[in-house]
Amino acid sequence: MTDGVHHHAESAQAPAPVFAAVPSVSRIFWIILFLITWALSTWSFALYKAFDARWIIRYPKNLEIPLDRWISNATNWLVEDLSFGLFTFRDFTRFISSLVEAPYDLTRSFLIEGFTIGQGQQALEVAPPLSWIAIIAIVVALALYAKDWALALLVGFCFSYLAIFGQWESAMVTLASVLIAVPIGVVGGLALGIAAYRMPAFERFLRPVLDLMQTVPVFAYLVPILVLFGFGPVAALIATVIYAMPPMVRISTVALRTVPEEVIEAGRMVGCRRGQLMWKVLVPTAMPSLMVGVNQVIMLSLNMVIIASMIGAGGLGYDVLTALRRLDIGGGIEAGLAIVVMAIALDRLSQAFAVRRVRPPGNSQMPFHKRHPVLTLVALITISTTLAGVYFPEFREYPANLTVTTGTFWNSAIEWININFFDAIEAVKTVLLNFLLLPVKRFFTGIPWAWGIVVVGLAAARICGWRLGMMAAVMTFFIAASGLWREAMTTIYLCSVSVLIASLIGIPLGIWAGQNPRANSIIGAMIDTLQTLPSFVYLIPVVMLFRVGDFSAMIAVVLYALAPAVRYAAHGIRSVDEELIEAGKVSGCTERQILWRIKLPLAAPSLLLGLNQTIMLAISMLVITALVGTRDLGQEVYIALTKANIGQGIVAGLSVAFIAIIADRVVTALARSSQQRLGLE
Amino acid sequence: MERPVILDCRGVWKLYGPQAKGFLEKHNGAPTDRELADGNIISAVRDASVEIRKGEIFVIMGLSGSGKSTLVRCLSRLVEPTAGEIRFEGNDLLAMSESELIHLRRKKMGMVFQHFALLPHLTVLQNAAFPLEVQGVNRRTREEKARQMIDIVGLTGREDYYPRQLSGGQQQRVGIARSLVADPDLWFLDEPFSALDPLIRREMQDEFLRLQSMLHKTIVFITHDFDEAIRLADRIAVMKGGRIEQTATPEELVLDPATPYVEEFTRHVPRAKVTKLRSIMSPGVPEGTYAGELSGNLTVADTVRRIDAATHPFKVTGEGGEAIGTVDARTAIDIMIGRAGA
Repeated sequence: MTDGVHHHAESAQAPAPVFAAVPSVSRIFWIILFLITWALSTWSFALYKAFDARWIIRYPKNLEIPLDRWISNATNWLVEDLSFGLFTFRDFTRFISSLVEAPYDLTRSFLIEGFTIGQGQQALEVAPPLSWIAIIAIVVALALYAKDWALALLVGFCFSYLAIFGQWESAMVTLASVLIAVPIGVVGGLALGIAAYRMPAFERFLRPVLDLMQTVPVFAYLVPILVLFGFGPVAALIATVIYAMPPMVRISTVALRTVPEEVIEAGRMVGCRRGQLMWKVLVPTAMPSLMVGVNQVIMLSLNMVIIASMIGAGGLGYDVLTALRRLDIGGGIEAGLAIVVMAIALDRLSQAFAVRRVRPPGNSQMPFHKRHPVLTLVALITISTTLAGVYFPEFREYPANLTVTTGTFWNSAIEWININFFDAIEAVKTVLLNFLLLPVKRFFTGIPWAWGIVVVGLAAARICGWRLGMMAAVMTFFIAASGLWREAMTTIYLCSVSVLIASLIGIPLGIWAGQNPRANSIIGAMIDTLQTLPSFVYLIPVVMLFRVGDFSAMIAVVLYALAPAVRYAAHGIRSVDEELIEAGKVSGCTERQILWRIKLPLAAPSLLLGLNQTIMLAISMLVITALVGTRDLGQEVYIALTKANIGQGIVAGLSVAFIAIIADRVVTALARSSQQRLGLE
Repeated sequence: MERPVILDCRGVWKLYGPQAKGFLEKHNGAPTDRELADGNIISAVRDASVEIRKGEIFVIMGLSGSGKSTLVRCLSRLVEPTAGEIRFEGNDLLAMSESELIHLRRKKMGMVFQHFALLPHLTVLQNAAFPLEVQGVNRRTREEKARQMIDIVGLTGREDYYPRQLSGGQQQRVGIARSLVADPDLWFLDEPFSALDPLIRREMQDEFLRLQSMLHKTIVFITHDFDEAIRLADRIAVMKGGRIEQTATPEELVLDPATPYVEEFTRHVPRAKVTKLRSIMSPGVPEGTYAGELSGNLTVADTVRRIDAATHPFKVTGEGGEAIGTVDARTAIDIMIGRAGA
């Protein structure tokens, strides 16, 4: 660190004249670019009228590339006609479905339905499902095994909440799909990660695929899954796995690569075979990092719960979705809270497993039940309560007359806010709409498509070199040529407004948290909670308070995308070299001067990385806000989903991905160049 | 006196860079510094030849970047040499198939690492038993062997600890136990004590010598610490820039450095520390009164107090214990204080 700073100090002195000249040229470039864009945006409509040239504002219809139709046709052919001789493509997808379906049905039987023989009315139950008491006992015991009583208490409380507040059955359906999706995601992710670790060529192929999978909005690949696997829990599970797996692949590769070279050499020197080296040395040594990946898979699976319910997953997600559609505030919040509660329980539980300390084995002389008292107790509870469930329904399911509902409470709370604060909320909304949202919207949607392509290309080329500039221009052209220019510009406008507001709120919070340990603990907990919430949950209260429209969408996006702005700002401030701050103090800086002249400039790369993450989260959330009636690319994807139109869905999805990729590359390049300038690399 | 050669390494090169192998062939197997730089090739080991003899402690000494770690990895074939020949007990090591190599490492080689390289998820006992576990030895047998090794390295009572619960010195004891559990003939130690505090390092060196006096392994020991090298070595190879500058006994190295670089290292080494009694004794044992017998392999520094305290000279004994010469206080002190004419 100190070395780097020295280095910078030396190198900055010599070429000072050049340094001084560059920013002004650069600034002129940006100002001119902005002015042209602004002028064209403002007068594009007038230009179109003056020259009677409609192509200025609208991409010519007859030149559009009908990629969506091609994709749809190709899929039709795939599903209807493709045959591999012995079996058809459809047989293949059915085979995959059955592979996933069998364990899923088994898990559901265990958790809720019980085991039956026969169909419908004649069905005969041969074994009851696990009692709700048993399930709570099991998760509590797991928490105890992973960590301590505090965690056991938390997890027990969370699951009891599900029972007492009448969410048990839905929650168990959701839990069943998580229990199936997570192992598939983890094992599949680990397998791909290992393959990428062993074969660099495979990794080069995999990386862009993963990039795309993480930027294409989930809705976009829901459509093909829907067409290939049909509506139902299996399709939902497959979508969940596809969504949750990429981070596991990345984390596995990185985790294996960070195993110290010496440890691998030690394994080779004792004569490990390839397989032994992997499973006895590499994977166990990388286990703590791999568990971070497992935690990610769990959280993403839960995040997907609601979205997956659009293609047939039942459970809590379905409850939220129907409540949202009926504008049933109370029901939505209740089911949403249940997802949150479950997410918190599973998150803490998996994190505890990640850092679990192995304890020395007990004395093997003692009898089994003395060595494993908790295990024995849980087994007893499980067997007795489940058997009791055969005769007493209250053991099988939490008695309905004892459930508590908060639905009416939430309804009246929202109603109360709406009655008493209607004017205030409305005033804020109107001001923001008139002075921020609408002008920005007019600016972006006014930009003629042709100039849009040029300006994106020029800007990207200026920052990351001409190759990326070309790529960005081609991507932008793709969007225009697909006839999605206006929708794309709406997406960009909503995204930029949301990111601006999220940064305005998040960065100061992060700076505060970075300097003040107490603020940090509070803000940190807040951000942690925000991040455990599935993205959908944000929509519920927002819609209740602000009704549908761009403004609601923006608020939901800001809430969802706030976390990285705070995190990275706090991290950036905290990681400023202590010596530099001391140097500032010795030079007589005030606290404020230390912040503005030392900490903030040095935290700039971190702030930019935070900005990048904020943009990525905002884009992914924007697609979901289509449900509250935005008119952007997300809406386009959502419409495709409801019509099961693969081509439309994929083209719109790709457009979103392209916007995300361009933004990612540009901001990352900015962050890197500012890192280099500060000698922090 | 001359022991059989166990590991014979001739003209070994290790180059990193684009088409390193073809590059070496193009320059007739001996590129110059200039040619290496022009070809974007980094040379880690250049034309290294060493012979390691049965039962000796062979130390490879060099500063960081001298290629010593790469050389030892070539000797164990953890790293594939670009060119050269390595024979282990007469067999071509570089021609061995993967499975032959695995067999060889399981039965004949052990290695200790600078940063211990213990497996974090295994206990002390399981770490020590790991080489046997990999070989498929049943649990009872391997844990029994591991317990013996743990006892030998002095960690009894800590079998169920995890590596992170141990100090650095203790962790390296586990590393040593692991490397010896399969009873190898050839024992590689790659800077085993460099990551330890100076006091612990000294203690571990003594421990190492004690172990070797019990076990009589053939040892290749890597270090960057010249004092450590002369303290432990039977023979030392000094490396610089990938080349071996000189291979000799500590005594020869100090008394007769082959290059200015070696001389730079040895200049401040007290001669008494490396000079063996055998090389300062007066040959032949006339009749007379002697204070006792001392092995010719002991250094002057180790024995000068005893020799000085006695009123009579000592007999110096050879390998077989027979008296081959005598040494008196004056000769020893001359060496000790560096007086000319010793």
